[in-house]
Amino acid sequence: MTPPPAAVRTATEWLSARARWHPLEIIFWIAAFAAIYLFPARHLILTEIAWLGLFALSLDLILGYAGIISLGHAAFFGFGAYTAALLAKHEIIEEPVLALLISGCAAMTLGFVTSFLVLRGSDLTRLMVTLGVALVLRELANRYGWLTGGADGLQGVSVKPVLGVFRFDMFGHTGYTYCLTVLFILFLVARRLVNSPFGLALLSVKSNPLRSSAIGISVDARLVAIYTVAAGYAGIAGALLAQTTAFASLEVFSFDRSADLLLVLIIGGAGYLYGGLIGAIIFKFMQDYLSALTPQYWPFWIGLALVVIVLVGRDRITSWTTPIRLMAARLNWRSLARRSAERL
Amino acid sequence: MLTILFDGIAYGMLLFVLACGLAVTLGLMNFINLAHGAFAMAGGYVTVVLVNRLGVPFLASLPIAFLVSAGIGFIFERTLYVHVYRKSHLDQVLFTIGLVFMSVAAVDYVMGSGQVFVQVPSAWQGKFDAFGVGIGRYRLLIIVICGLLTVALQFILANTRFGSRLRAAVDDSRVARGLGINVNWIFALTFAFGSGLAGLGGALGAEILGLDPSFPLKFMIYFLIVVTVGGTSSITGPFLASLLLGIGDVVGKYYVPTLGSFVIYTIMIVVLVWRPQGLFSRATSR
Amino acid sequence: MSVVLETISLVKQFNGIIASDNVSLQIEKGARRALIGPNGAGKTTLINLLTGVSRPTSGSILLDGEDITDLSTHKRVRLGVVRTFQINQLFSDLTPLETIGLAVSERRGQGLDWWRIVGSRPDLVAEVVEILERFHLTDVIDKRAAVLPYGKQRLLEIAVAIACRPRVLLLDEPAAGVHEDERHEILAAVAALPSDVSVLLIEHDMDIVFSFADRISVLVNGALFVEGTPEEVAHDARVKAVYLGEELVDA
Repeated sequence: MTPPPAAVRTATEWLSARARWHPLEIIFWIAAFAAIYLFPARHLILTEIAWLGLFALSLDLILGYAGIISLGHAAFFGFGAYTAALLAKHEIIEEPVLALLISGCAAMTLGFVTSFLVLRGSDLTRLMVTLGVALVLRELANRYGWLTGGADGLQGVSVKPVLGVFRFDMFGHTGYTYCLTVLFILFLVARRLVNSPFGLALLSVKSNPLRSSAIGISVDARLVAIYTVAAGYAGIAGALLAQTTAFASLEVFSFDRSADLLLVLIIGGAGYLYGGLIGAIIFKFMQDYLSALTPQYWPFWIGLALVVIVLVGRDRITSWTTPIRLMAARLNWRSLARRSAERL
Repeated sequence: MLTILFDGIAYGMLLFVLACGLAVTLGLMNFINLAHGAFAMAGGYVTVVLVNRLGVPFLASLPIAFLVSAGIGFIFERTLYVHVYRKSHLDQVLFTIGLVFMSVAAVDYVMGSGQVFVQVPSAWQGKFDAFGVGIGRYRLLIIVICGLLTVALQFILANTRFGSRLRAAVDDSRVARGLGINVNWIFALTFAFGSGLAGLGGALGAEILGLDPSFPLKFMIYFLIVVTVGGTSSITGPFLASLLLGIGDVVGKYYVPTLGSFVIYTIMIVVLVWRPQGLFSRATSR
Repeated sequence: MSVVLETISLVKQFNGIIASDNVSLQIEKGARRALIGPNGAGKTTLINLLTGVSRPTSGSILLDGEDITDLSTHKRVRLGVVRTFQINQLFSDLTPLETIGLAVSERRGQGLDWWRIVGSRPDLVAEVVEILERFHLTDVIDKRAAVLPYGKQRLLEIAVAIACRPRVLLLDEPAAGVHEDERHEILAAVAALPSDVSVLLIEHDMDIVFSFADRISVLVNGALFVEGTPEEVAHDARVKAVYLGEELVDA
């Protein structure tokens, strides 16, 4: 008994409603690209926002969509950063985009290998294992100072022009366009991914892994896949940092970086892809403002922000974004509801 | 070699006193308190101020460090932590990391960022020889004090009504509540006590571990190792885990100094993946 | 009658408590088997063992003669061993449309599709809508599972299992907690199951058991106590004794 085609059409619309481009999204990206021309004086901070947003996006993929709490996501960030810096310094791969891809693959490999560590165990074990991996990498980077430059960082890195044409400059003009383009492309891929059947399966795994396996979903396979992809994204973000600053130091693996990243994602809200980007914008501007006031005690304000956010409630904090989202959703639903009422 | 073993045991017992409060908190309320090290730091700095600046005798400053840390723990628990119990693990992690950052920055501001040292009375300094083994006086003091504390803890848990209520609440808090045990009150007291112990450990350990504002961050991973490897269903689990960790770290740093903590972290990862419930815990219903 | 699912001396022990005691069970193709027993008899444990949620202490499980004892849950689902849960296990933020859609796309092997947008395959969507209509879920088709009334959640629980096109369906108290008025929908759904699907039903409500089953297995203290046709079981003195003369006397 096949259902009437109108019902199928409506169901299809409902299912793909998540994936439809919202006007606000389009405005967001137009504004981001317009900033290339409109705010040349702020390109340096915008560059930082771009790779930080990508880094936060990668955390969103595992935290917001798969429910894995990681205290060591900086492991992949740092791995990508050092790979890119070393490739540039030793002139193994001179073209930045190619080096970027290779760094991403390197980080993805690391992600794949370590993904098996986070499959089992409670939240606490995962936390510790991810933290442990980042600490191990940091120790290794410290130990092999002849390769990594140790505590002083990797000196003497020079990055060639992007695609052989666009030279990196002191003001971040090339940097911002480069980072933003990379971010946008990877964002499109991530957006496709989370709105696919794979993404829906991920949400189900996050929501109820027992039920997921009871409908035939291999929970482990999904987690390994998303963890690997997220590691790749984080590695590319790190590579962008290394390439735009021509520097890499031990600090890319630090716990502070992983902890800051959690705050960035939480400010914007996890689970809808834009949280990391919005959080990066807010975080960077706040950091800019507050470190001018109290350069040394900036961690105090981060800590306070975390405490307040948790006490007030994460959903209430990000609720300032939901009226916008809800309003937009209601516009969509109302037209769909009208059409379905006509069908019935 | 035996001296190193001795040092490792001292380090391990110190870690135990520092971390056992965290073990009980985790086992009791399933609450991940990453800020535990901050209470230890508080105790350490209290002792530093008392002994260095106010001339209080070292041994007398230890109970004061305990009480101050316990007091801070109690206040924080009743005012802040109590709102976070029901929240998700992610929220607990974020919250306690936030507290750590705040405490680190605050102490940095008030006490300065350099490492501080306790003026340990000369009676406790230096070594003496016993059976051909070099025994540090201070480390011996640590072992004695921590040993006594461990015995006292085990006694309280096994032989007092509070202890049995605590064990019941750890085992199954819903049932314990149903039996009329005031779990909230038990938790407040236990949290305060655990923080006090951490403070005492911080005071004792300032000399060996090095005390500076980043103490909670540096040692967070060690406390977590003790708790996850040792499990939370008994006292002996974390005790053994602390000893293993203490001895392992000291021995490792002596014989393979270039690898540093790398070995400890790798072993931790291996253990956690192989037995996520900890090396020493019995399988619980949870 | 060919045996589809079989357990051989299945034992499950938890810390000294024997939850499943040497259970040897055969379920034929197209069976309508009911599994009854007092509370704590180990019925849900048995389902957990059959579906791979727990691993047995000893013994084996065969599906069509193939040993599946070591297979993980999701692999067993692929082979056709599907269950429902006694306490609803749904995805609280997903709608029935998305939930059934997920089950169907997994079954079709399209679950790893990461490039296509959800809903872009019309034939898949048609099948999903058809299942939803069969289970009277179209009026809540686009509501999050968490806000559905309990009876609808229960229906969704069964619908998801059916969407996996099971060969062996293990129903764990499908009518549990459902209001009298809504029970008939669940019962109708259970009665309408395809005849080549083998069904093992756990239930406490004896009316449902006797109207549904062609064979009943009684589980007591983890062991198979009595097995037989509904009349045999109803008149078995030992079964009556076990139930302390409660519902069975009326049957």
